[in-house]
Amino acid sequence: MTLRTLRQPGLWLTLGILAVIGVLAPATGSAALRETMFTQLMFIAFASSLNLMLGYTGYVSFGHIVFFGLGGYVGFYLLSAQHWPLAAAVVGGGLAAALLAMLLGLSILRLRGAYFALATIGINEAVRAFINNFEPFGGPTGMSLNFSVYKQYGGAAQALWITYYSVLALTVAVVLLSFFIKHSKAGLGLISIREDEDAAMVMGVNAPLAKTRAFVLSAIVPGMIGALFFFKNGNIEPADAFRLPLSIEMIVMVMLGGQGTVLGPMLGAATYQQLRIYLLTSPTFKELQLVFAGLSLLIIILFIPGGVVGWLRARLPRLRGVLE
Amino acid sequence: MATQLLASLVDGLLIGFVYGVAAMGLTLIWGVMRVINLAHGAIMALGMFGLYFLFTGLGLNPYLALPLVAVAGLLSGILMYTLAVQRVINAPYLSTLLATFSVNMMLIGVGTAVYSTSPYNVDFGLGSLALGPLTLPYSRLVAAGVAVGVAGALYFFLYRTAPGKAIRAVANNRSAAELMGIPSNRVLALSFGLGVMLAAVAGGLIATFFPFTILSGNAYQLNSFVISVLGGLGNPLGALIGGLILGLLEGLVSVFLPVNWTPVIEFGLFVLILLVRPSGLFGARR
Amino acid sequence: MSRKLSSLLSLLAIASLLAACAAPATPTTAPATQPPAATAEEPQATVPAPKTLVIGFTASQTGSQNVASTGQLKGLQLWMQQVNDAGGIKLADGTLLTFEAKFYDDESNKDRVQELYTKLSTEDNADYLISPYSSGLADAAAVIAEQYGKIMITTGAASEGTYQKGYTLVYQAYTAAGHYLTGAADLLASLDPSAKKIAIVHENDKFSTDVCNALKAYAESQGYEVVLFEGYDTGATDFAPFINKIVAAAPDAIMGGGHFADGSTFAKQLFDKGVQAKFISLLVAPPEPKFAELGDAAFGIVGPSQWEPLVGYSPEAAQAAGVEFYGLTVAEFVSAYKAAYDADPSYHGAGGYAAGLILQRAIEAAGSYETDKVSAALDAIDMMSFFGRTKFDTSAENHGLQIAHDMVYVQWQTDAAGALVKQVVWPEAGKSADTLYPLH
Repeated sequence: MTLRTLRQPGLWLTLGILAVIGVLAPATGSAALRETMFTQLMFIAFASSLNLMLGYTGYVSFGHIVFFGLGGYVGFYLLSAQHWPLAAAVVGGGLAAALLAMLLGLSILRLRGAYFALATIGINEAVRAFINNFEPFGGPTGMSLNFSVYKQYGGAAQALWITYYSVLALTVAVVLLSFFIKHSKAGLGLISIREDEDAAMVMGVNAPLAKTRAFVLSAIVPGMIGALFFFKNGNIEPADAFRLPLSIEMIVMVMLGGQGTVLGPMLGAATYQQLRIYLLTSPTFKELQLVFAGLSLLIIILFIPGGVVGWLRARLPRLRGVLE
Repeated sequence: MATQLLASLVDGLLIGFVYGVAAMGLTLIWGVMRVINLAHGAIMALGMFGLYFLFTGLGLNPYLALPLVAVAGLLSGILMYTLAVQRVINAPYLSTLLATFSVNMMLIGVGTAVYSTSPYNVDFGLGSLALGPLTLPYSRLVAAGVAVGVAGALYFFLYRTAPGKAIRAVANNRSAAELMGIPSNRVLALSFGLGVMLAAVAGGLIATFFPFTILSGNAYQLNSFVISVLGGLGNPLGALIGGLILGLLEGLVSVFLPVNWTPVIEFGLFVLILLVRPSGLFGARR
Repeated sequence: MSRKLSSLLSLLAIASLLAACAAPATPTTAPATQPPAATAEEPQATVPAPKTLVIGFTASQTGSQNVASTGQLKGLQLWMQQVNDAGGIKLADGTLLTFEAKFYDDESNKDRVQELYTKLSTEDNADYLISPYSSGLADAAAVIAEQYGKIMITTGAASEGTYQKGYTLVYQAYTAAGHYLTGAADLLASLDPSAKKIAIVHENDKFSTDVCNALKAYAESQGYEVVLFEGYDTGATDFAPFINKIVAAAPDAIMGGGHFADGSTFAKQLFDKGVQAKFISLLVAPPEPKFAELGDAAFGIVGPSQWEPLVGYSPEAAQAAGVEFYGLTVAEFVSAYKAAYDADPSYHGAGGYAAGLILQRAIEAAGSYETDKVSAALDAIDMMSFFGRTKFDTSAENHGLQIAHDMVYVQWQTDAAGALVKQVVWPEAGKSADTLYPLH
């Protein structure tokens, strides 16, 4: 990361968009808008972190939600049972997720291609089934927060705003992270692994280490966001924390926007979320969200594998500097 | 204890046959074209619904409705291949994974829109067979029998008929098969159709003794992954035996541990096999 | 440089446009099928304007809780229609209050519940909230209600845990979970003091776990031996492993279950496997009229119920108990429900109606619709209605817990013509038939 990186217009465009999205809710002070933006930012953060593995390294993780779930559980446990302050619990959640990623890195990252994808699904299900039976974490009925916990943060309304700002900060952090990785030597290493892992290793890239590092980095932010999300909701159950469909939606968002770019996951997440909101309350169309997602994913895969941003970059070479 | 163990193992064995048929579909498609069909679960669910509607709408006996479900599965599989998979068959694995996955999303989306996630039940009871200390519902016995029959038919097809041999040739070496004059694209479509058909039939069989929703296929899809890897991806016989092993394992675990530990053991085993012996027990086709 | 700058600026413009689209459009649909609100009454110069209060909730119109939730929805809608048809509630200062329902389908899905209740509380400006059906979903919704300062009457939710979290605005209409199966243990004791072994198999959700934990503690204190105590995952369809364990444990009685779908499947598979238990009591499913569709598998199954058409709550009973009787009688409720929906009401429907009724009583007692006054009125309620007695715990530890409502127990028996009918078999005082025992 050099000073030259900071002068890339793509960085400022991305930050600009994030700033606009982030400031909408506080500017209007509307709780409803804040809730929507919270989910929006959450999705952007997920998609960007998944992009580190899917886009840069080329490893499809179908179980990325496991980091969100585990981080959520550990964070929630620290908050409710151990009475840690929120910030510490959130960091604890992130660290737990990072730890899991490191362990996984040592084991399943040896697998290639489809085997790796299957293994990630297996991991998600195994962790969920384990937590389902793990009494300290509440077993199948999960854990819940006593309402008085919110008083420590100035009441429920205040606490909800605090979580919002925290998620905004985390989202900005992960987007910046993905930008800087892309422009660093480490990022180049990841991209070379994506293109041809064996050749990269021959050229001196320490593939196992690089992959594990990327995996760990991609796990931290979802873990921290998990802790924040379940703090906001006041309760956590295994079924909510390890929802496989959410993992899938993350993949759609990344592919839709353009894997391997910084702007792509953001755009993909924004579009997907807008559709979701619209379809949430429409009785006829509520399920069509999934159909639309599937159809757009199929079209992208068949015809424009680079996603929207990838397609734009191919068509408008002059804008490549801007459309990172 | 002994009777309980016996009862559990027999139950597991019976359902293991049905699991095996489902896994055979998945593993066949991988073996022939290196594609993991992520719409497997959705198709099983549609097989369940197909059977349900043939049973309630047309009043057909479920076992007579099964061949219809099978034919529908075969045709839909061919259609799915042509529309979604054919174009990316030679692209990196990510494309085929996501292509079949997107079909899965579409199927589940449409299915949920039409049928919602409420449970459905094929109200069909055949009574039970009392065999010594065991009570075995006839529907499960028949399902196991049908599963064995389907497996046998598949074997016969693959080893004794010309199209079957063509499929095995394409699975072995696609370019060489093309040089020998085998229309590989049509063969690929046929094998995809077969894989989907097996999934649909398995779904239909399951519907005869369990209630289901559009999302039920998910759990069985995960099951099929575990079984296929256990038996060796690409090996249909391995899949059948893997199914039996998994069924027996489920029966065994539930006797000694709370039943809810079964998924933990299952997925733990899955990850273990992937790490230690990815080619499975009977050898995969790499 | 200028070309790059202009392209950058135009892209920033597009980006801001996109982000602006990120602001949600006004809520699209309002799928509430509310009954016609009563029209404003004759104008008087001094009468304040009539007010329509919005009651927000979600219903599981699809998904696994569909059957029971639909009953609850119908009950609530019937109440609202009757109140509005009668002209609404008239306050002391002449304000006329009518009600409007705003609801969405939660698909029996907890995530949707939290999103939708947030929407109801913020965008849709609900004045009061009613919980979704089932303890798990109600618990998720209660947090939101408390966060946004809205009163919520929970119905279809029995789990006590919800009221031990320090909420002040959440009130429970149903009997708490701990009382669900303890009566079944009492019933068993009265039928056969020599029956000592109970097998408990329950759904792994808040409600069923609470019920069965309480049952286990109570049964053991009464000298029973709990030979099996296991939970199955929500959505389980294969009960064979559990049934094998039950058969191996050879209990006298089997108790447990969860909600309608799994309860029915469990009952069916118990029957298919020919399990020889003397007494079977399952949660939620047996009191539903739909349970009869199981045919022979339903015969003899006992179930706890929050309410049955044959209960004896009446103005006379209220007088005997020293409390007021409020609202319509049991017979009036049953006939109104039948007239409106051409079906017999289950206790879910009664619970839905009761939730509205409780709210109505509180508003009338408070003489206002403001949250703090209504909540003070709810704290003070001690009444009997067609649904039974209602009184809330006001201590800080259990605020909102229902402490006066009782359960009744039903069993499926056959009438003279051989058709399946539900009979109230416990408590002794209100029963309509003797319990059939033993089943095998």
